[in-house]
Amino acid sequence: MIRRAFVLLLLLALGAIFLDLLLGFVPATELNETARYYAERSAADLGTANITTAIIVTYRGLDTLGEVTVLFLTAAIVGLVLSWGRRSAEGPQRQLLPTGELLTTGKNLLVPLILLLGVYVFVNGHLTPGGGFQGGAILASGILLMLLTDPMKRFSHGMISAVESFSGLVFVGLGLLGVALAGGFLDNRLLPIGTVGELFSAGVIPIIYSFIGLKVGAEFSSMLVNLSETEDS
Amino acid sequence: MAQIAMATGFILILIGLYGALTNRNLLRMIIGFTIAHSGVNLVLVAVGYLSGRTAPILDSAVPMAEAAERIIDPLPQALVLTAIVIGVGVTALMLAYAYRIYVTKGTLDIGKCRELKW
Repeated sequence: MIRRAFVLLLLLALGAIFLDLLLGFVPATELNETARYYAERSAADLGTANITTAIIVTYRGLDTLGEVTVLFLTAAIVGLVLSWGRRSAEGPQRQLLPTGELLTTGKNLLVPLILLLGVYVFVNGHLTPGGGFQGGAILASGILLMLLTDPMKRFSHGMISAVESFSGLVFVGLGLLGVALAGGFLDNRLLPIGTVGELFSAGVIPIIYSFIGLKVGAEFSSMLVNLSETEDS
Repeated sequence: MAQIAMATGFILILIGLYGALTNRNLLRMIIGFTIAHSGVNLVLVAVGYLSGRTAPILDSAVPMAEAAERIIDPLPQALVLTAIVIGVGVTALMLAYAYRIYVTKGTLDIGKCRELKW
């Protein structure tokens, strides 16, 4: 019980710090200088309607590249950790109950729609709420639904890695093209900026964000597939 | 409004840490960390919220000229998007290690893992 007392003491101290922070917090009434710059300049300079997208893909594009790399590393380590000492797939497999009619029909109906929604969300990342990360997560949820319907379904790891590597290469390649042809690494003004609010606008942001979407979708799918393949061992 | 969201976030952090520190089962600890992670995200988003303003997306309701007076701070939202994605990766990693521990030791009880105990 002394352990629980220590935990409570620790949380109480942390709670006191939080309470102090909360009581001292004065919500801003005006945007600060950085946010004001983003609000005023991103549409004019980069042509994006969604300012958060402009920050993620262009202003702080290098952070996003790092983030995608972290995600790639995580997916690779999950695959590595789960594959140690895995028995071959030919061994006796656990007998599963047959999938119900409702789930199968629902999957057939919903998976194409979910994949379509995912693609819509990342293609329109510069105009509407959403973008590559959200769209990629939606794509992976389609894969999850397929795995729920048929837990023994096997997806091709080669295919997933190919999509992931190709998208990563395009992302870095467009960034480097920005150094050569536009203002710097990951500059979106390789292509004309166009009119704010149209699908073909904002330079290369829709292209980069679409490939981020594919990459994130492939990484999440590879994590899901690896976790699901532990079922039969 | 921002204070309510922030207080909820702080409470979620405390609940999550309590769960992670008092439970001995690895899966319950992972769920605790996930709850604490949601709390951190909620606090971060609440910091960027400005009362009476709208999302940082320009359209006919928020024209470019008035953007600075009409939108909330977009930067915390971008950071939280990053944090959420990294959080998914961290959770997947924790689950993978929990699975390995279960396979090698046949238990999810953290008290049975004594190799690193001093």
